[in-house]
Parts: sequence; structure tokens; C-alpha cells
Amino acid sequence: MADTTCRTLRDGGLEGEHAPALTIKDSKASPFGFDVFNYVLTQLSNYILAGKSQSRGLVVVAYSRSPSFYVDLLKRRGIDIASSHDWIHILDCYTDPLGWKNRLIDKDISQEASSLSSFCQDVRNLDKLYSLIIEQGKGLIGQGKDRFSIAIDSVSEMVRHASISSVAGILSNLRSHGICMIYLFSKALFLLYNLVFLHCSMAADQVSSIFWLLHSDLHEIKFTSVLEYLSSMVASVEPFNQAAFGQRVDLENLSMLEQNFRKGKFHVRFKRRNGRVRVMCEEILVELAGIKFTPVLSEDEIINQRLLPKRYGFVQQVQFNLQLSEEERNERAKVVLPFEHQGNGKPIQIYDGRRSLGENKEEALVSTGKLQPDEDSGKGQIIYFRDSDDEMPDSDEDPDDDLDI
Amino acid sequence: MENQNLNLLDRALGLDGPSEPWPLSGRVVLIEDCVETSGSFVLHQLVKRSLSPTSSNVIIFVAFANPFSHYDRILRKLGCNLVTQRDNKRFIFFDMLMLRCPDVDEGKSSEGGLVLLYEKILKTICGLPGDKKDYVTIMIDDISLVEVAANGGSDYVLDFLHYCHALTSEFDCSLITLNHEDIYSSMERPTLILQMEYLADILIKAEPLSTGLATDVHGQLTVLNKGTSHRLGRSGNKIHNFHYKVKENTVEYFYPGSRV
Repeated sequence: MADTTCRTLRDGGLEGEHAPALTIKDSKASPFGFDVFNYVLTQLSNYILAGKSQSRGLVVVAYSRSPSFYVDLLKRRGIDIASSHDWIHILDCYTDPLGWKNRLIDKDISQEASSLSSFCQDVRNLDKLYSLIIEQGKGLIGQGKDRFSIAIDSVSEMVRHASISSVAGILSNLRSHGICMIYLFSKALFLLYNLVFLHCSMAADQVSSIFWLLHSDLHEIKFTSVLEYLSSMVASVEPFNQAAFGQRVDLENLSMLEQNFRKGKFHVRFKRRNGRVRVMCEEILVELAGIKFTPVLSEDEIINQRLLPKRYGFVQQVQFNLQLSEEERNERAKVVLPFEHQGNGKPIQIYDGRRSLGENKEEALVSTGKLQPDEDSGKGQIIYFRDSDDEMPDSDEDPDDDLDI
Repeated sequence: MENQNLNLLDRALGLDGPSEPWPLSGRVVLIEDCVETSGSFVLHQLVKRSLSPTSSNVIIFVAFANPFSHYDRILRKLGCNLVTQRDNKRFIFFDMLMLRCPDVDEGKSSEGGLVLLYEKILKTICGLPGDKKDYVTIMIDDISLVEVAANGGSDYVLDFLHYCHALTSEFDCSLITLNHEDIYSSMERPTLILQMEYLADILIKAEPLSTGLATDVHGQLTVLNKGTSHRLGRSGNKIHNFHYKVKENTVEYFYPGSRV
């Protein structure tokens, strides 16, 4: 499902429609939003490099990590952008977001901008930031009809330096294409969108998809929902155990906390064009090599799984042992069943009850003679004599059915 | 590294590996404590560990809480002479007790003082000889007092912390900060401490026991060590929980139930 999200971003938007936008939100209890962001970024980079995506370039707006972090990240995932980076550009809002460092430049502290990244030294000025993003994106794709994608890490940092409405405005501008449409909004959002449309004249028709990261607990619910309205997909990372959060640590919730630290729930809400909303769930596992998504069974499946145990599932619930060990199973395989050792070339012996004692003795000797080596080999054997020739080997007919009762 | 000296805290912080390169370099450590259990002893322990003869760390200590003599007395008991280290330029002490950022009324923004402080830290790092530049630890004691100095402007404090964070990726230095969790407990959305937790790679929480007060146990430490994708290699998310007892010259760490 995480892949579905990435594919939607890959496929981009249709002519005359908003670019698909993804909000990745997390909270302190399950702070894996950044891992998900990195995952989406890597996937999208792979698609762009393979030429499979609508977009031909990617602009990363880096607020909370340095450009070198992204270079390292992509390198670890097998994408070397140090050598060829004509498809990616990092807008560095991390190193000097407020220009503090810039003031010191005359004092021997120089800042080197590379062709891979460029500095933004006043993140409070969102208009400038907007034009920088568009400028860098156009620089990647040229003047053609190609499009580019945008990744913002994170909107939480962005809103610290600017008002909610201006942040929502720039995000909406980035994904819109300049055609004003009539929307129906709730009253609370109305003013905000008015502002958005004032900006629409500058809108870019060249954005293929956009995704951003958000730490939801840092903001009022209002802001989170504004961003959710602005996006066509919302991926939220939630803690695996809700209860363990916010309590004083003791032995009981330590294990829950530990679990939360390693995995989380991943919900994605897709909003279709026609208004249909679909929610899908997965589990996130944070591992050394990155994060892994595993499907979660639906509630019915979980119930079925509990009621109808899988093979051996039931056996494990019983207190006594119904299972054979491997050794016991081998022993059982060695046992020759009653009819199997007859008719294999050896004389067929039939017990008729009238044999002389001597013959019986002989047989007894024969049988003990036979048994002796078998015991040594640890092999079980069943000695059986047929009652008469009438009885067919392995006959399953009722022996009493000739009785006239 | 002398293995016999390693305690549970050192192990939880990953200091049990080779001391070069310094395991905390490029990482952000946040110590959260509360009134009942002060977490400053963790800071002292980290000062001592960083200044140990086997490592070549340089500490830039930004003190908002106490004067130099206070730290000197404590560290002396722990077996570390801060005066000597200061003379050796391994312990650089910034006394910020009197720092008061100018008020907005005076025509300047409150961030002014913090910009100057950042400038001072940056200049100090840039002024270090080349081989020492990579082993810098910035320690701030404590963030709540930085907020006081900034006239309560938590946004300015966050900007300052952001710039300190940027230093960790630029110079690979480590940032160790202390803050009090309980002063934000009544707030619905304590942005400052939440944001700090998002920034932190390692979170050390000093709390009282959930069962109440005990004479032999002074509190518990929970260390959340977030997995790192540092260039030194990757390690997974780990969580450690143990009890501690602060003694005159040392701190004892032990697992719950391992003391009778």
C-alpha cells in the first residue's frame, strides 16, 4: 500500500488537474514519519531515474536535515547523486534559515553552495521560497512540457516561521495549475482559500506531484486538517500500542514502549476524483536497513484465524501431547503392518487351530528366531497368522454377516 | 577503552564501542528530568566521560544554570579537574548566567542575545585546530533557562537549537541539552519540548519510580536510543530502562530488582 502511494505520486496529475499531494504525518508516540518520508523519496527517485514517472526532476525542500544527509541517504539506497544530479535539486533551508550565518560571512566563515543545492536564507519570506522552488524545478526540466516533483521536509518547520494561511497558500499554489475552480468549503476555511486564489496567478503547471512531512502533535488540529484537505493522500503513522504513551515508565508498559519504538501502524487515506475515500492499513517495521511495510489482516481475517487455527494450531492449545516427535514418527514408519509381510515370497502360514503341538513349537521357534534380529535393530514387528484360506488378505467384509440371527 | 569502568548508562549510549570516532559525534542527546529527580548528574557523567584521557573531545559548555565553580566542585569529586581541562582548552566554559536578551521594547528582537551566543559558539569551533574540530561536544544547561533569557520566546530558543543542530551536521559535533519535562506538563501542546524530542537522537529521561519513593533507589533512567543512519554505520532503535542511585563520588546504575 505504501507502494500504491508511491505509484500515485509517480503517475502524477492529469492535464488541468491538481497534482497529487501526500501528507505524511506522525506524532511523538510513533515518530517514524521521517522514515516514511525517506522511503517515499527513495522510491520516487528510483522511478524518476528509471524514466517511469511523469516527473523528470525532484526538488527537495530541506528544512530539518542537511543536503548532505540526503546525498548520503540516496547513496546508501544505491543512487549516487554526487556524480550525476541533473534530476535532483536540494533547496537548503536547514543550514541558515534565518540568515544568522550570513551575517558572519565577512569574518572568514564562508558558505559554499554547490550545483546540487542552493541556500534559502530567509524562510520567512514564502513568496521568495515559492519562486525559488519553481525556479529550481524549471532549471531541472528545462522549458519543455516536462514536470517535476517536490518534497518538503517538514511543513512543521515551515509553519514555525510563517503563518498557517501563508503556508497553506504556498502548498496549494505549488500543486495547483492556475485554473480557478469553484470549491465548496467550510466556513472556517473560506478565508484561507480566498488567499490561496489570490496567489493563483503565479501557479505552476509543471508540478507533477508533491509530498510533505508533518509532526501533527506540534500543531493545532485546525492546521493538520487544512493540510489534509490540501492533499489527495494522507499517510499517518500511529503507535502500535496506544496505551503506553505518556505514562511513567514501569515494567508493564516498558515492553509496550519498546514495541512502539520498533513498529507502528500505517494508515493511508486515498481521496479519489469522484470523492470516494478509501482507507488502507499496514504495519511499519523499523529495521536496520530502513522501514518495511507488512500488510495487516482485516478484522474478519483475524477472527477467522483465531477460531480456525492453522495446522497444528489447535494441537498446540491442548495441554497433553498429541504430536509425535520426529523420532517417534520414524519408529512408526518402520513398523510392518499385519498383511504387509505376508505374500512377499515367504510361505503363507495359516493358523487353523488343529495343528499338532510339534508344528506349533516349530513355528514358535521360527517366530522367535525371526524376532530376535528384529529386536536388535530396534524394529517393531507384528506376527499374524491368517485364520484360513477363505479369509482374504485385508478383507474388510463383516465376518459375521453369514450368521443367521 | 577501560571496560571495567563502563556502566549501564554508557552502554545504553553506545559508549562501549571504540572511543574513536566518538560514538556521540553528529548526534543530539536530550536529557529530560523533573523536580523529584534531577538529571544534571547525567550531564556531569557525560562531561567526565568526554574529558577522559582516552578521548580527544573538546566541550563547549553553555551554562545558564550554575557558575563554573559549581561544576568544578562536582567534577572534582568525580575525579576530573575542570580547571586543568579549561587551561588545556578542552573545556570551554560560557558563563551565560547574566544573559538577558534585549526586550522587544528596546527596539531589538529577543533573538538578539541568542544570535550572539550562536556566533560565539561557531567562532569557537572555527577557531579550534583542525584535528580538534571533529570532536566537539556542545552542552547546554539548561534549555528552560535559555527560554527565560529569551523572555519566554520559545520560538527563538527553537531557532537557536536549530542552528546548534545544524552545527552537528556541519562539524559532526554532538549536542547535549538538559530540560525539565514537568514544567511543560500543564500545557496542552508543549511545542518546545516536543520539538526538542523530534530533534533528539538519544532521549534520556530521569523519572521517579512508578511505585513511589524508595530509599535505595533515587529514580529510574529510560534511554531511548533512536537508530542512526550515520556514516559510521547504522544501529537499530534501542530502549533501556534501569534504576540509579546518586552517591557522593559516583552514580550506581542497576536493573530493577537486581538489588536486594
